[in-house]
Amino acid sequence: MKQFAALLRKDNQPVRYLVVDDSVFARKNLIKMIEMFGGEVAGEAGDGLTAIAEFNRINPDIVLMDITMPQMEGIEAVERIVRQHANARVVMVSSVGYQENILAALQKGAKHFVQKPVKPEVLYEILRYVLSDDPNAVGAPVALAGEHRS
Amino acid sequence: MRMELIQPFINAADAVFAESLQGPTKIVDLEMDEDAYRRKGVAALIAIKGDIEGRVILDLSPEVAIKVASQLAGTEIAASEQVVKETVCELANMVIGNSVTLLNDQGFHFKVFPPEVHMDETGLAGSADTEALVICIETPCGNIYLNIAMHYLHRRRQERNAIPALD
Repeated sequence: MKQFAALLRKDNQPVRYLVVDDSVFARKNLIKMIEMFGGEVAGEAGDGLTAIAEFNRINPDIVLMDITMPQMEGIEAVERIVRQHANARVVMVSSVGYQENILAALQKGAKHFVQKPVKPEVLYEILRYVLSDDPNAVGAPVALAGEHRS
Repeated sequence: MRMELIQPFINAADAVFAESLQGPTKIVDLEMDEDAYRRKGVAALIAIKGDIEGRVILDLSPEVAIKVASQLAGTEIAASEQVVKETVCELANMVIGNSVTLLNDQGFHFKVFPPEVHMDETGLAGSADTEALVICIETPCGNIYLNIAMHYLHRRRQERNAIPALD
């Protein structure tokens, strides 16, 4: 299995994630990857409404958000979360990756998009990118083993 | 049978199974089916309506579903009806989601309905007006079947228009 250098916050604490997906397997799969990246799962949700409540409760560093879910879909949940928390970092995770879907999510405030089935190395690079967009809030992630950073 | 509409589903299934089940896949059987579909195991049916219409059935045995569930979760999963249902739905959603992406980027617009799971003993009704392609894909967890029936909506309209109206 590929090894990943830990993605850490500026205070050297693990990045805290909220994982939102109505599929238990999808959540377990993402949680497995988060653990590979040295992160901490602060909360889970199976629909958009619960995701909003969980976000307010735990204030995670990153949200991994499915799109098609019961009660409230991911894109609407992103919009509501970002309206209340302008600095929220939400990465959409969905099987449906066509351009309209991606654009809608980005317009509502999502930071990035990754298509299922999720490849750990792809998610890792996206998280590195998303975490590095605001150096005041979260520290630049550590380099991959053998990689030189200037 | 419009292969240009079927091929994205085959490509997506192959890619999704290989990636999520972490191993090689192979199409071991492929046949046309004009009768109502007979399930091999637990089936998820996803309907598609719009510029193109039809349905895709993903079908696998409960034993294969448990192996797939354990692979997807990264840990051994105990067998239960709920696990089997969720596994079939999750696989179907990934295959359909990836196929839809390919078709949507080609300019087709349509709605995909949530999967219906069929586990009971009764037969699964097929689309009476459409022949389907049944594909058996060998994966590291066992064989998974796809039954795909897809056509252009305008073809159906033309066919309906050709039938004289009844007074």
